[in-house]
Amino acid sequence: MSGVEETLNESVDIKEDKEFDVEAEDHIGDDYFVDPTRYLFYRDRKEWADLEPVPQDDGPNPVVKIAYSEKFSDVYDYFRALLKNDERSDRAFALTAEAIELNAANYTVWHYRRVLLQALSKDLREEMRYITAIIEEQPKNYQVWHHRRMVVEWLNDPSEELEFIADILSQDAKNYHAWQHRQWVIQEYKLWDNELKFVENLLEDDVRNNSAWNQRHFVISHTTGFSDPAIVEREIQYCLSQIRKAPHNESAWNYLKGMLQDRGLSSPPGLLERVLELKETHCSPYLLAFLFDCYEDALENSNQKENVGEEERKDILRKALEICDLLANEKDTIRKEYWLFLGRSLENKSGSRGPSDKPPEPSDPASGQQEMS
Amino acid sequence: MWQRDGGQLFKKNFFFSFCVKRAVLRCLFVHFLLHSSYQLFVINPSFLCFRPALLREQHYQYLKKGLRHLSDAYECLDASRPWLCFWILHSLELLEEPIPTAVASDVCQFLARCQSPTGGFAGGPGQHAHLAPTYAAVNALCIIGTEEAYNVINREKLLDFLWSVKQPDGSFVMHVGGEVDVRSAYCAASVASLTNILTPKLFEDTTNWILSCQNWEGGLSGVPGLEAHGGYTFCGTAALVILGKEHMLDLKALLRWVVSRQMRFEGGFQGRCNKLVDGCYSFWQAGLLPLLHRALFKEGESELSRQRWMFEQQALQEYILLCCQNPAGGLLDKPGKSRDFYHTCYCLSGLSIAQHFGNMDLHHEMILGKEENRLVRLQQGCEGETGQCGWIHSEIDGFVFTYFFLFHVPPGYSRSTPLG
Repeated sequence: MSGVEETLNESVDIKEDKEFDVEAEDHIGDDYFVDPTRYLFYRDRKEWADLEPVPQDDGPNPVVKIAYSEKFSDVYDYFRALLKNDERSDRAFALTAEAIELNAANYTVWHYRRVLLQALSKDLREEMRYITAIIEEQPKNYQVWHHRRMVVEWLNDPSEELEFIADILSQDAKNYHAWQHRQWVIQEYKLWDNELKFVENLLEDDVRNNSAWNQRHFVISHTTGFSDPAIVEREIQYCLSQIRKAPHNESAWNYLKGMLQDRGLSSPPGLLERVLELKETHCSPYLLAFLFDCYEDALENSNQKENVGEEERKDILRKALEICDLLANEKDTIRKEYWLFLGRSLENKSGSRGPSDKPPEPSDPASGQQEMS
Repeated sequence: MWQRDGGQLFKKNFFFSFCVKRAVLRCLFVHFLLHSSYQLFVINPSFLCFRPALLREQHYQYLKKGLRHLSDAYECLDASRPWLCFWILHSLELLEEPIPTAVASDVCQFLARCQSPTGGFAGGPGQHAHLAPTYAAVNALCIIGTEEAYNVINREKLLDFLWSVKQPDGSFVMHVGGEVDVRSAYCAASVASLTNILTPKLFEDTTNWILSCQNWEGGLSGVPGLEAHGGYTFCGTAALVILGKEHMLDLKALLRWVVSRQMRFEGGFQGRCNKLVDGCYSFWQAGLLPLLHRALFKEGESELSRQRWMFEQQALQEYILLCCQNPAGGLLDKPGKSRDFYHTCYCLSGLSIAQHFGNMDLHHEMILGKEENRLVRLQQGCEGETGQCGWIHSEIDGFVFTYFFLFHVPPGYSRSTPLG
């Protein structure tokens, strides 16, 4: 932007000099008059003299009036003129690039550029190079990514996409637009083969990258799915090993729960025990919340099973409520209102606690350890 | 100081968590942040004595000026000028600052120039219609609330525009030839309900499309398959509330996801898991709690609190007042960032939600700091035109207008037959 401003000031100075310099004619022929690198407003360009610029119609008492630079106003006055005449020409096409540089979020300009791309049968490979450069400069803009998608669709060629997106992600591994484009390309052109490896590499770089965990879920759910117990076990192992390396990583815990919640957290054999083991050395509010979810799930499923006795149900309920109290009052107090609500809700659904307020001792030494961590 | 990695931040500040009252902790933390980012502005003494002040006068001057004039730094928002109107007007409304009649009329005339001849509103005069500036323009006009304002909207053409962006799978593109994401459903539902042009046919399959955006995390993504994100989650949920279908979401999973987005140290909200706090999520995320409270209530949940939302209201107010105010006026993302009207709007909206709990029968306030910090609690009242209980709508941006508009509907609108 500052570059634009400097150019602008120079142009203005020259104009002022010409007006007041009585010996202006002596300067005709000097280099600076015809210097091609000097920016010329469209209103001063001979090739545009046939077009009447259209000023913006903000009305007599404008609101939210932007103090546009002279360059901005000039370019857009001519853009409006082109739009009004629906001019389909190379000069129009060139002007859209200038308009985009001044405001890449102007979706009207982008739409017009696409109309021209088709009307003038422009070289789409060249357009790919153009949009690649623009996205590198402004990767958090909706219009640029949508434009790239359109060009890829017209070319029906996704061959550059995965590498390009990987490059953008190397600069910002969580760019939402980049991930959106990536998922579209993979799904549209069935490019699933190497994506799980790509995700694992990203998780090696940053195990807390939630976008990468999401992509993991995306790939698996669209390929093998999560029904196969072998896949589920593999994913559980993967999660637990990441948790051992970084215990306070919410993404890994969310992934574990998210993967299992439809089938029930208590369905994988031995999972509860593995988590209780982790609790001793790798405890976190997320682990405790997961335990709560396991207990709640067990209670819900015990309604259907006849082999879960009343005593066992009461014990599970007690453990679940203890965790709620622990989280609300000590381990996750920012979510106190929520944990208190969950406790009340569970109690209400399952029947209330016993009369004693103190944490009860485990009735069976083998059934579980003390909940306090 | 600000770590890209939320987990690292937790570890580095572990020592803070021992035996320190949270208010002291937050002030110290903020003080530390401010020094680390080499802030030049003077720390207001009120911040350090735990009675933080909302800088009403400064924000008012910033907003008043911006409504008329903006520097060339705003060239990047030249295709979003109705948004600028909305963000500024909504902020003034929250601060209970009246809009002078002349200004209101000028806004109406400007937005009329942004209306497209084919229906809907554009980012500026002469541009193509787009659902986002359409949402902003319609809601800005509803804030103004005069006959002149309502008369700006060409309802028949607006309906044509909505049909022109509707997709076979139930989703909406943001503009003709544009991209799809869940924001569009919210923008469409909001303006359709506000102007009473909503028909079931217009939103056929939209419910199912929005539901397909709820993912394994419990929140909603921009399009099916992506990461759960606060902005998109608000849009999808609020759209379903307008359509009366919010019960079809997995409300428990959504609740767990959103409460987990409040940062235990900063007090504000993050947009996605393991990302950084940002003041604007004070609205997009915290604003979900009133929606969910009502949805759960409607589902027969008996254990809901009658005094508080299910997030830490005091902590959010502390974050906004201590970390998100520019001393020269305007609010922002986090210390070190520049002020802008978007953050001003959503930080103030979030502050209002954090201060006020309730419905028609119940109102509980929790104002942090001086009494003058209190923001307006947007309109409440009895049932709206559609027969829906309007209470929860009162806290929610845009959504509040759904309620507010229906209640205060001018004669012409209430008696007009829904179009289409």
